[in-house]
Amino acid sequence: MHELPVTQGILSVVLEAAEQAGGYPVRRIDLVIGTLSSIVDDSVQFYFDALSAGTLAQGAQLSFRRVPATLTCWACGYQAQVIAPLPDCCAACGSPHILIQDGMEFYVEAIEVKEPNDARSDCEINSHQQ
Amino acid sequence: MHVPIVKSILTSNDQIAAENKAMLEQHGVVAINLMASPGAGKTSLILATARALPAALRPAVIEGDLASSIDAELMAQNGIPVVQINTGGNCHLDAPMIRSAFPHLPFGAFELLLIENVGNLVCPANFALGAHLALVVASVPEGHDKPYKYPGMFAAADVVVLNKVDLNEVFAFDTDYFRRGVQMLKPDIPIFEVSCRTGAGVAEWTAWLAQHVASLTKQPV
Repeated sequence: MHELPVTQGILSVVLEAAEQAGGYPVRRIDLVIGTLSSIVDDSVQFYFDALSAGTLAQGAQLSFRRVPATLTCWACGYQAQVIAPLPDCCAACGSPHILIQDGMEFYVEAIEVKEPNDARSDCEINSHQQ
Repeated sequence: MHVPIVKSILTSNDQIAAENKAMLEQHGVVAINLMASPGAGKTSLILATARALPAALRPAVIEGDLASSIDAELMAQNGIPVVQINTGGNCHLDAPMIRSAFPHLPFGAFELLLIENVGNLVCPANFALGAHLALVVASVPEGHDKPYKYPGMFAAADVVVLNKVDLNEVFAFDTDYFRRGVQMLKPDIPIFEVSCRTGAGVAEWTAWLAQHVASLTKQPV
């Protein structure tokens, strides 16, 4: 619902880091987004392509790493990865005493920049994602 | 070359939010960010809260709205200092909008600032404003499953007010189920059950609020 300010945020963090790293073109941007965080979908790439035109990040590929939320049962210790809508009890023992953690991540983890002597193609750079 | 960063996507908003908070603290003001769906009763809760608080804590209000000034007019009619922000269709308030409202606030004449965010259970949770407390207002007609379906919003809350509890029976609202949904995200969070229409629970909520504001002004964060 707010792809534009999110994309502007990504671009401003990335450009600052790219300048500090020597001003080389950015080829890939690694984003970490929790599954409970507000949805950042492929339309961000669309906005990004428009906003980054003429900058060091023009043509960079956005890579999303989704972090699941974790359910922990207070009663039996069972743990599981969950997404919304969240369960209201433990799948293992049925206890309603559960805790949901993580899944709210929302940050730029790293960028991949291409130095002049880097012979790799963009495709190779983007296929080496962690 | 791999360049590690690890920085919030909304770093520039967060920086302005921190400046807003510092500015508020210079003036001895505690700010609350009210978030809720449209129609949950944010405006009604602000009016009921303003009436019930002791005179020294009478709040000023920043009204975030997509376009209209209906809520702001209602505040002004009730003698509450109010600044209207029209987001022009934006689904949330952000820190620069709050900063731009500051010059229009009568600093020195109030200690509590209530910021009514745009009605929305998704986007406002991501955008820090510089407030000291995030208040999520839920309401009975929305259904008891909201914490399960919109966990991001409830995970961002410091306190929850459940409004319209006079309608519990009409909507077969399962308060226990609602509370568990909030508490599995935030185990120790205070949850107040109120009805702005009948006034039920408002005294408990405002007593807690007054105490919380006092503790924050004595020990600035």
